Formats: sequence, structure tokens, C-alpha cells
Amino acid sequence: MDWIGLGIIVAKIVFFLLVGFTAAGYVMNLAERKISAFMQDRLGPNRVGFWGLLQPVADIIKLFFKEDVVTDRASKVIYFVAPMIIAFTALSALAVIPLTDVLTFFGRGMAIQIANLNVGILFIFAIASLGTYGAVLSGWAGNSKYSFLGGLRSSAQMISYEVSMGLSIIGILMIFESLRLNDIILGQSPLLWGFLPKWGIVVQPLAFIIFLTAAFAETNRVPFDLQEADAELVAGFHTEFSNSMKFGMFFMAEYINMFTSSAVIVILFFGGWQIPGISTAEIVSFFISLGASEFFASLFTILLQLGVTFAKIAFFMFLFVWVRWTIPRFRYDQLMNLGWKGLLPLAILNILATGLVMVII
Amino acid sequence: MRLKDKRLNILEYFYIPPILKGMGITLRHFFSRKVTVQYPKVKKEIYPRFRGAHRLEKNEQGREKCVACELCATVCPSKAITIEAAESPDPEVEKYPLRYEINVLRCIFCGFCVEACPKEAIAMTDRYELADYSREALVYNKEMLLK
Repeated sequence: MDWIGLGIIVAKIVFFLLVGFTAAGYVMNLAERKISAFMQDRLGPNRVGFWGLLQPVADIIKLFFKEDVVTDRASKVIYFVAPMIIAFTALSALAVIPLTDVLTFFGRGMAIQIANLNVGILFIFAIASLGTYGAVLSGWAGNSKYSFLGGLRSSAQMISYEVSMGLSIIGILMIFESLRLNDIILGQSPLLWGFLPKWGIVVQPLAFIIFLTAAFAETNRVPFDLQEADAELVAGFHTEFSNSMKFGMFFMAEYINMFTSSAVIVILFFGGWQIPGISTAEIVSFFISLGASEFFASLFTILLQLGVTFAKIAFFMFLFVWVRWTIPRFRYDQLMNLGWKGLLPLAILNILATGLVMVII
Repeated sequence: MRLKDKRLNILEYFYIPPILKGMGITLRHFFSRKVTVQYPKVKKEIYPRFRGAHRLEKNEQGREKCVACELCATVCPSKAITIEAAESPDPEVEKYPLRYEINVLRCIFCGFCVEACPKEAIAMTDRYELADYSREALVYNKEMLLK
């Protein structure tokens, strides 16, 4: 491996960490509170900085200076490791997310994506399941009945919904014939009947609904936030961590998971970085026809695609928050009913239907 | 009587129409006018009958109207008013309050003292920002009430 290649990889990792911490952690922290306030006819935080924009900074400073209370009977090692597992898994899932297409800079192909794995979607699923360990272990470590119940619920819920989530995307994989995220995005570029982009949501609408529902359960957002159900379990699996930066890690991991889920939804069902009907090469040649040099044409294209991806992801992040402040929490048995009796049969039916249609066409 | 659960059809089973309806409502509120009054900067309008901190009224000679009859102290449900009467220097008036104290920490701002007063010597103002640094500062004496 040459040094420039290594440098580029490091730069990408730094970029994704920044995206994880700022876009997911900082912006969503503020956005969640602002959006919830607006939906309740309030103004939300608006004292720190203009329009409350510096509120997360104040919160982070507060979290860093708080005393780190460790429960007397906690399993100390697990207590310290569990938040790290959650934050680690949340961040590593970002590694395979492609934010732009591959573009040429100085004869070197580059995309804003750390690793272009041939099993990208499987990698995300594998890492997301590892995140459950963080929740279960932190529930155990606190030695409190509330966090223990939260941890148990978390594991049961993750297992139930991972199944329908995995089955729901099989239709997508059958149609685009690849597990590589970039191939799935490129497979969505042709137009159907000349105007409709062949996005995942168009060819697999049922899979989209199942995947979206399961994504809410996987990220533990309302209406499926049973593992932290504040009305029943204080704060669920992180009850005993309600202080210091350990809590901050759980908090941030939740938003980074939301970012990852939104990104996966955008990639699988909404054409990723694509603008419908326009290919990357067309954008580059458009910028060159405007008089930009090849380097700047690539740069503008990559920024444009980054903007398109972020706009699509931002919509789904908003959807997550929007749903949270609209719907009440599910009861535990309702959650299990919906998962096993509702989503799972539908997902299997969807695979069957997709297969039949593919055989007929 | 036995109540039967209504059978849900497939759309209702997945809760989709009510969820969409609810999301419509929250989105409408997202864009609607906010009801928050940003208090220290913006203050709500105070109505004429508002019962804030007390004030002792003065007569034409600039003396307190109060004749120390102690009706207000008697009617006060929280025993917040203390009056010490003395002989008035004014030949027209029999008594005047040497000491007139209202303990605002005890006061419940019911306005009974104002209603009870035969001389209209006590009134309530629209002043409601009464916080202070000590308990002593919140026992208003005659000079403070006359201001």
C-alpha cells in the first residue's frame, strides 16, 4: 500500500468520525429538542448562542464535569466496557456507508466511503447486532432491576426485529443481485417507463414499510423504545449511567445508529447519492462544459452528491424524530405480536411475490 | 356484559392510517404559531384587577390614610399583617399605625385586606416580581408600603 492511499483512508476515517459526532451527535441532539418543542407549540432551547445553536456544547461541558458515580454493586469491568461497545459498534457501522460515487482525482478513483466491501449490507447487519451486547451488558452491569429489565427487553426486541429486517431486504438483493452497497445504488439508476426512477421503494414498497418499521425497533426509537421506556423503567438499560460522559456515549450512539439506519434506508430504497435520471458522468461533463477543470468538476460533483445524500438522510432523521413525538409507546406483547405475527409473515410473502414476479418477467 | 374486541382489518392492524393522521397533526403544529411567552424579555399583559404586592394609600396631606383599626389584620387568613397603633398627631384622626408590616412570605394575595379596609387605605399593585435575597427583606414595613 502506498502512503498517499493510506493518508486518504485516514482522512476518510476522520471525516466519518466527524460526521458521526457532529451530524449525528451534535445536530440531532439539538434538532430533536427543537423539533419536539415546535411540535408541542413551544420554542425549545434558545438561550445558549443564537437560536440555541450552542446548547449541545453546554450539555457536553456539563456532562464532562459531572461526577462519575459508579454504583457500589456494579460489575465494574462491564460497567466501563458496555458504553464503549455501544459507541464502538455505532461508529464502525459507518465504515461501509457510501456517501458519493467514485470520482477521479489526479488519476486516482475516490469516493467518500471508507471500505467498499462486497458484503456491505451484511457488515452493517452484523455490526448492528453486536450493538445489542452493549445494551444487554450495560443492563446487567448496573445491578439494578430496571436496567436489567431494559437489557432483557433490548435483546428480545433486537432478535425479533432483526429477522424481519433481514428478510425484508432479500427482495431488494434479488432484484439488484448484489450485497455491495455501491452496486445496489447503481442498480437503481435506470428509469422505469421513462420517468420513474427504479428506486427500491418503487420496486419493493412493502419491503420499505417492513424495513422502516424494523429500523425504528433496531434503533430503539419510539414507538419501540421499550428498553428505555421512561414511564416504566426510569431510563431502562442506562439507568445506572445517568451521569457523566458514559451516558453521553449512549446518547450519541443512539443518534449515530439513527444516522446509519437512515443512510441504509436511503441506499436501499431511495437511490443513495443519485439524482434521478442523471448519472455521475453527466454531472461531471456538465461542470466541465461550464468551464471547470477536471479536478474542480470532480470536486463539485462529489460535493453535490454529498449534499444530495445528506438531504435524503436528513429527511429520514426528521422522520424518526417526527414519529417519536407523534406515536405512543407499544406495549411489550403488542411489540412481539407485530414483529412475529405481522412483519415476519409479510416479509416472507414479499420474498415469495418478488420471486414469482421475477420468474414471470 | 362482555365486551368484544373489534376485529381490525389489515391496514388497521399495522396502525398505518391513524399514524399518518397523527403525523399530520404534529406537522401542523410544527408550523403553527408558538405559544411561549419569553418571560423576562416579554411580559404578559396585566389586568386591572390583578392582585400583586400591597401599597398603603396617602391622603391629601401626604400622610397614610390608615387609621390602625386592625380590620385588615383581623380578616387576614394567613396572619401576615402586624399593626402597632399610636395616637395620631393629626387632631382630625384618632390613631395612626406606628408600625405596619406585611409579611409577603405569608401573604396569599387574596385581597381580603383591601376589601375589609373602611378607609380605602390599602390597595394592591400590579407588581409581581417579588423575589429577594433574605427573609427579612420580604417583611415589608410602612415606609416600603407607602412608596
